[in-house]
Amino acid sequence: MKYLDEYRDHRIAKGLAAEIRQATTRPWVLMEICGGQTHTVMRYGLDELLPRGIELVHGPGCPVCVTPLETVDKAIALAPQPDVILVSYGDMLRVPGSHSDLFRAKAQGADVRIAYSPTEAVKIARSNPDRKVVFLAIGFETTAPANAMAAWQAKREGLTNFSLLVSQVLVPPAIRALMVTSTNRVQGFIAPGHVCTVMGCKEYESLVRDFHVPIVVGGFEPADILEAVLMLVRQLEAGEARLQNQYVRSVSYQGNVPAQQIMAEVFEVADQKWRGIGSIPQSGLRLREEYAAYDADRVFDLGVISVDEPAECISALVLQGLKKPTDCPAFGMKCTSENPLGAPMVSSEGACAAYYHYRRHAVAE
Amino acid sequence: MSAKASAEINFELSCPAPLPAKDTILLGHGSGGKLSAELIRDVFLPAFQNPVLERLDDQAIVNVNGQRLAITTDSFVVQPLFFPGGNIGSLAVHGTINDLAMGGATPLFLSAAFIIEEGFSIDELRRVVNSLRQAAADAGVPVVTGDTKVVEKGKGDGLFINTTGIGLVPEGIDLSADRACAGDKVILSGAIGDHGIAILAQRDGLEFETQIQSDSAALHTLVAEIMGVSSGIRCMRDPTRGGVSSTLNEIAERSQVGIELEETSIPIQDQVRGACELLGLDPLYVANEGKLIAIVAPGAADAIVETMRRNPLGREAQIIGTVNNDRAGLVTMRTAFGTTRVVDMLAGDQLPRIC
Repeated sequence: MKYLDEYRDHRIAKGLAAEIRQATTRPWVLMEICGGQTHTVMRYGLDELLPRGIELVHGPGCPVCVTPLETVDKAIALAPQPDVILVSYGDMLRVPGSHSDLFRAKAQGADVRIAYSPTEAVKIARSNPDRKVVFLAIGFETTAPANAMAAWQAKREGLTNFSLLVSQVLVPPAIRALMVTSTNRVQGFIAPGHVCTVMGCKEYESLVRDFHVPIVVGGFEPADILEAVLMLVRQLEAGEARLQNQYVRSVSYQGNVPAQQIMAEVFEVADQKWRGIGSIPQSGLRLREEYAAYDADRVFDLGVISVDEPAECISALVLQGLKKPTDCPAFGMKCTSENPLGAPMVSSEGACAAYYHYRRHAVAE
Repeated sequence: MSAKASAEINFELSCPAPLPAKDTILLGHGSGGKLSAELIRDVFLPAFQNPVLERLDDQAIVNVNGQRLAITTDSFVVQPLFFPGGNIGSLAVHGTINDLAMGGATPLFLSAAFIIEEGFSIDELRRVVNSLRQAAADAGVPVVTGDTKVVEKGKGDGLFINTTGIGLVPEGIDLSADRACAGDKVILSGAIGDHGIAILAQRDGLEFETQIQSDSAALHTLVAEIMGVSSGIRCMRDPTRGGVSSTLNEIAERSQVGIELEETSIPIQDQVRGACELLGLDPLYVANEGKLIAIVAPGAADAIVETMRRNPLGREAQIIGTVNNDRAGLVTMRTAFGTTRVVDMLAGDQLPRIC
């Protein structure tokens, strides 16, 4: 298949791995930001191809994993209301809230539907004028334009029965937050190719400058990731810190300007809580005042949902790249994909799920 | 915000509480994955406990007057009712015939029970029934009894069908999921994922254009041909719900063996691959309705593959892996990169990814 097979070619991958081995003289800690990239690393066993000194740690780029528990609880509280249709991306349905998840809410009679696109939810609102349709609008800059488009479209059509329950997060502030922690070990970043397809590379320049840390925008196929690692290693070995773009077939410097415009029209930057990490200033998006009528938080009186989160799993440390999923005492024992304790075990993009699905044999050894 | 000005974030440990006791049936309990297995283990097996049932094969095999009778039953709740390559009627015939055939049985008779929702179109019902009749006639297995129930509007999803099949197991044939041994070869009769993707492409809110057809087919003639050339077959399964991965995990568990697959040898159509890429699904977990997996003695593998390939239903047959003694119950895959990964059994249904 064009644009896929050449990036999954094992000869190319092995060639890149050999180049990385040649270029590496010292140990380096690199972080791939996006859960999709972690998934590729585990699925293809790319870490087995890397020299010992290169450690890949897994970043917070799993949209399901970082959605705050309060948002999940709010969705679970809204879903059973008789006039509500709750529409969500499929991944969110199994994420445990404080006491339940959306699959269980659905089993108990709530009208919960899976959509691939938020505009699908607008369609549902249009054809169910007597019901209130709430779309669980979560994700990074990748989902933000489509979520914005849904609100924009609903407003233009004058729909009064459509709203978004928003938890939108942004990558660059999260990298900044990681870099200023005293425990940070990361020396180079593979930036998320899909996010940068929307936002371009330009946002990452100040991070490179402020922290003298190399950042390479990377794709999601095995050859993409290995090439990004090679580019980072070469910079680190040469004492350089530059912004480079490995994912040139999708990412431009400016990004997708119309997508950025619709985001800016509908959303504004705000402080945001990240599950497993905490609150990060100016790291999220909320609906602008002009879109208040489409903000489920303001449309529904949800009261204050208080959240009690016992520190049972080490998802915070995993999401910061300080620990590997397999360092968690609950991994594979108390915490499995059937009974996840933490969101990183739920989502197919979560680091714990990637280890659980692809690497249990290595743990057993 | 400059680096120097920004205060260090106080990273809080946070984690959701575990979910409450499992007191409700979820859709995942019907997915053929781990949740299904738990339900069978915790609810059904203790209730009906007997040695025939405990084999947990696709069919029960019982002795009646010196003859070995195979019995199986299956309910069909597919939506949409009509899909490229078949409909609920033809599927209800193929599914049950295949469950008999996987035990090596020659299918003899079928029953068909219809649960119909009030308001359902008789014309549509007639189309389904005609298709069921045609599929049964093509397979040479008559429907000899049946039942009809109508439920109130809103209490059923249009139409559900249950079929039961009985057949006879020829002498000398003894297939079961607990018979795989180290060194055995894993044979797959053709490309995977066609049925699941054909159905998904028709679902509300997900309509996408594709020429992928369901592979729904009765496999008993293919099975008869391979049993005719070799006595080296240990076990056969049709990888329906939960796909190839769930089927192989079940066999590995029942036989207490490991199974290693070769990624590059698993046949899959480009269109199915493309759709899976787009939807974020792994074809190893996507349902098939006209494919079989056979675990066979190493010396028998080549002859069986050759025989399969002469039948249109097995044209793309491949040896896709080997049984080992490494880790009981674990299915792994040797990737094209020479690395190894686990091929896990899913808890419930595969969930579409966010981005």
